[in-house]
Amino acid sequence: MKPEEFRKQFPILERKVYGKNLVYFDNAATAQRPQSVLGLWNELAVNSNANIHRAVHRLADEATEAYEEARSCVREFINASSREEIVFTSGATASVNLAAYSFGEKYVHEGDEIIVSECEHHSNIIPWQLLCERKHAVLKVLPVDNDGYPDLKTLDTLCTPATKLVAVTHASNVLGILNPVRKIIRICHEKGAKVLVDGAQGIVHSKVDVRDLDCDFYVFSGHKIYAVPGTGVLYGKKELLDSMPPFMGGGEMVGTVKFSGTTFAPLPLKFEAGTQNFTGIATLKPALELAGQVFQDEELTACSEAVKSYLGEELKKTEGLRLFGNEHRSCDKFPLFSFVIDGVHHEDLALILDKMGIAVRSGQMCAEPLMDRFGVSGVLRVSLAPYNTMQEAEYFMSSLRKAIDMLR
Amino acid sequence: MEQLKSLQVVENEVIEDFSMFDDWLDKYEYIIELGKSLDNYPEELKTDDRLVKGCQSRVWIDFKVEDGKIWFNADSDAIITKGIISLLIKIYSGRTPEEILSSDFSVVEKIGLKENLSPTRANGLVSMIGMIREIAAKNC
Ligand SMILES: Cc1ncc(COP(=O)(O)O)c(C=O)c1O
Repeated sequence: MKPEEFRKQFPILERKVYGKNLVYFDNAATAQRPQSVLGLWNELAVNSNANIHRAVHRLADEATEAYEEARSCVREFINASSREEIVFTSGATASVNLAAYSFGEKYVHEGDEIIVSECEHHSNIIPWQLLCERKHAVLKVLPVDNDGYPDLKTLDTLCTPATKLVAVTHASNVLGILNPVRKIIRICHEKGAKVLVDGAQGIVHSKVDVRDLDCDFYVFSGHKIYAVPGTGVLYGKKELLDSMPPFMGGGEMVGTVKFSGTTFAPLPLKFEAGTQNFTGIATLKPALELAGQVFQDEELTACSEAVKSYLGEELKKTEGLRLFGNEHRSCDKFPLFSFVIDGVHHEDLALILDKMGIAVRSGQMCAEPLMDRFGVSGVLRVSLAPYNTMQEAEYFMSSLRKAIDMLR
Repeated sequence: MEQLKSLQVVENEVIEDFSMFDDWLDKYEYIIELGKSLDNYPEELKTDDRLVKGCQSRVWIDFKVEDGKIWFNADSDAIITKGIISLLIKIYSGRTPEEILSSDFSVVEKIGLKENLSPTRANGLVSMIGMIREIAAKNC
């Protein structure tokens, strides 16, 4: 399928801003949603709204079924061993917080170490900082090189027997390169450390197989992969999840509740306290089905590659432009480009581009340590999805040149 | 020094200037030019207490009081923001604190700046105005 055809499934892409065709190049922040997702979301809200797992009536059955179907779908999509390993949350951030709290309660003690990489999103830094403060543990940082690539040699020495967990992103939301997570996991496991992979970006751009990767945790958000916001996944290995205490207490996560003591529900409900965003989570099914089709569609993949190469080359040709996250050895770059331009502020560029109908991000990208690493106050980021066309990329480049001329 | 026009006259002049632009591009080009025309702002005055809070880009406002009038100078690392603060300075510099506080700053909306800026930027604008008012209030 061609992008021009594929994009017809996304109603919002028809809209205009300031009288111009919308060019949506902020997909790493959130992806747009196809009709199949919007349709199911609406259908459940209009037709099958009932709290899940609790009641015996018809509507509750329908809602529960849609929710649990999404779980099966996620299990299959990332090739987890069982449905029990799929915990639903409100997003990647919630998933990391859950893992950091519950894993930390059980396994992290005074003097232990946690490692995060320098290119993490704040969501995969702060929960670990909080844990380390709570437990008087030590947070260590895995540096990245000038191309944004985690330094594996350093990891080998940084990771010690005191290291309980290494939290690393599958793909940085600033750099757009897929990290060698499989190698990282192998190194960490040799040292006895568990690994949490932040898949918020990675899941969108590569086929993930958690068993093959052998990661201990994998987290992602639904809204970046065509589902609705307020939906997320924490994958964890069953034995590990089983051994961890609950994060939040509340309805649905219990066995029996007595004032003398409470027992907890088996996985995954143990970690799903309270009423979940069941209408939203159900949309993970059509969303992941679509993502699966995208991976298999050779024509669409080839078109995306062509658009990516065009943008990469044109950006590199732009005078005074400094690109972050260069292709490196065997690491794949996906269509996400962050850059700064000499003498032009990223925020000014974003503002002018907006007036031209182009949605891009400017600023620190929730990755302040990485900004510090590269010595910049922020970047301009363009991030594409398979529905973005070559024509849009060309329009973007000519608009960027115009904006630079205006601002210099 | 030339006799300053009254605050209201200047505000109306700015509104009139902006009404000539029917295209956002021209409006932005004008703002960018204003930004480039700002007086040099000394590096050593880029301190945290002069930094406007609530802006995505960094904006510093410095001032001095002479003969009961407040004179502003400012800088920003983003040129559009710098243009906007430059415009505010053009209007409000050389005024007494009472004059500044008597303005309702509606000029900003009347020239269509508020709706033309992104939400974060609109906050920035509100913060810049807030700082100018605060300086005026402190020097009453
Ligand atoms: C790499 C990465 N990690 C984590 C997150 C956090 O995701 P969310 O805000 O959906 O919880 C994001 C989203 O911006 C991200 O790009």
